[in-house]
Amino acid sequence: MTTYLKLDQIDKIFTCGAATTEVLKDINLTIEKGEYVSIIGHSGCGKSTLLNIIAGLTNATTGGVLLENREVNLPGPDRAVVFQNHSLLPWLTVFENVKLGVDKVFARTKKRAERDAWVMHNLNLVQMAHARDKRPSEISGGMKQRVGIARALAMEPKVLLLDEPFGALDALTRAHLQDSVMALHQKLGNTILMITHDVDEAVLLSDRIVMMTNGPSARIGEVLDVPLARPRKRLELATNITYLNCRQRVLEFLYERHRFVEAA
Amino acid sequence: MNMSATKIEVETATPVAVAAPVVAMTLRRPPRAETYARIARETAVRVIPPLVVIALLALVWELACRRGGSALPPPSKVFRDTKELIFDPFFDHGGIDKGLFWHLSASLQRVALGYSLSAIAGIALGVLVGQSVWAMRGLDPLFQVLRTIPPLAWLPLSLAAFRDGQPSAIFVIFITSIWPIIINTAVGIRNIPQDYRNVAAVVQLNPLEFFAKIMIPAAAPYIFTGLRIGIGLSWLAIIAAEMLIGGVGIGFFIWDAWNSSHISEIILALFYVGIVGFMLDRLIAGLGKIVTRGTAQN
Repeated sequence: MTTYLKLDQIDKIFTCGAATTEVLKDINLTIEKGEYVSIIGHSGCGKSTLLNIIAGLTNATTGGVLLENREVNLPGPDRAVVFQNHSLLPWLTVFENVKLGVDKVFARTKKRAERDAWVMHNLNLVQMAHARDKRPSEISGGMKQRVGIARALAMEPKVLLLDEPFGALDALTRAHLQDSVMALHQKLGNTILMITHDVDEAVLLSDRIVMMTNGPSARIGEVLDVPLARPRKRLELATNITYLNCRQRVLEFLYERHRFVEAA
Repeated sequence: MNMSATKIEVETATPVAVAAPVVAMTLRRPPRAETYARIARETAVRVIPPLVVIALLALVWELACRRGGSALPPPSKVFRDTKELIFDPFFDHGGIDKGLFWHLSASLQRVALGYSLSAIAGIALGVLVGQSVWAMRGLDPLFQVLRTIPPLAWLPLSLAAFRDGQPSAIFVIFITSIWPIIINTAVGIRNIPQDYRNVAAVVQLNPLEFFAKIMIPAAAPYIFTGLRIGIGLSWLAIIAAEMLIGGVGIGFFIWDAWNSSHISEIILALFYVGIVGFMLDRLIAGLGKIVTRGTAQN
């Protein structure tokens, strides 16, 4: 397989008046097509900034992002984002929220009826078709996040970017949604890049885990392969030795070598 | 409303269901009479207190102004003096000798025109100032100074410019009501969450789509606050402006009544001005409620 998404020598420096803070330094990463990669690190290490750079919502100070060998520095539906707080538009129904992206992306290639069918197809994928006419305020947090995933999937992104997608959910809902995302990845073969701070989530879902050092000047500290066969089952993995070893490695990285230091 | 209706349903049905499940089926819905009684009760709770207060105030007013030599007429005299005006608002004897309906409708037409113009211009300028930092830096200080100028201070200038009462009055309404619309719209635009902007960026909405699909719905609650303040101000301004420009209109009607010492007519006109102002406010508030239905944060 060839390189699909490439982060090349990314540095990010925030300037606030005379003060400058180097947030990210020397970020190099290549991701293959169909891979599920997680980025894990303590809060404030710049992992969300990195995701925003890939999404094109922020620009890197130096270096760049290559998707299929082409540089991308503007946001676009080929790198659809599932935002941490769902970011559904409250004045639109579930259906209309998904349709917003679909209508733009497939304006020329699909007819109106086809686009509507495609919206419903994607709502079906996340089991939200029943709520098509509800507004975001009428559905639960987990459901909102499902719709957020449907909205991103419906744009047929080359890379799906997940920004702590399960962070705001309770543990049971989170597990349920993780299983759904695993099933979708299995079924559709998307390339997925996920930001997380949950060790179990990273090991369970990812093919590779990118561990970031603490900021400022956060770097990629270590990249861990997770050699677990798919489909993965949450319960079976609980006693799986490979799973436990991977988990151990990530925990050691986060809590021994790069312990979170509270900013003074 | 719905919530309380279902609640009552449950409350009445449950005890019966415990005692005898068979009967519970027939008592699913409360009897129609009971529903009407509840609605009547709820209406009474809202309507009776203000009626009591009004009755008390009228009584105090009557007692205070009833003695001879009082400068202002008591309510009973106001009613006697203005009976014709109240019961026949549609007469038209030519000139400015018309029923109150015509005066009010002339004022409302001016407000409708001036206010519509200021709503359009105000929202457009508000979007500009809210969206562009440079537009804000350039225009905001100007707005902050101009908005403190009282409505009537604009009137001589606009009379000089337009050389006619009608456009001058409309301009005064425009210039009075535009500031809160601009300022509230700008605040609404500036407060659009970054999340929504990110969504728009990822979906690649063009500026026009962003304006229609994100900006206006997201800022609608703020915009309607501005529109509501604006309609109140334009109603304030038109009364004052009409006193000076003359012609048909409720403002000049009041001034004319004062010049002819018809104090009762002034009082009647004030009632109408208050009620129309209240209805205008409710109209915009209701419109806002419909438009911003889904915008409430969740």
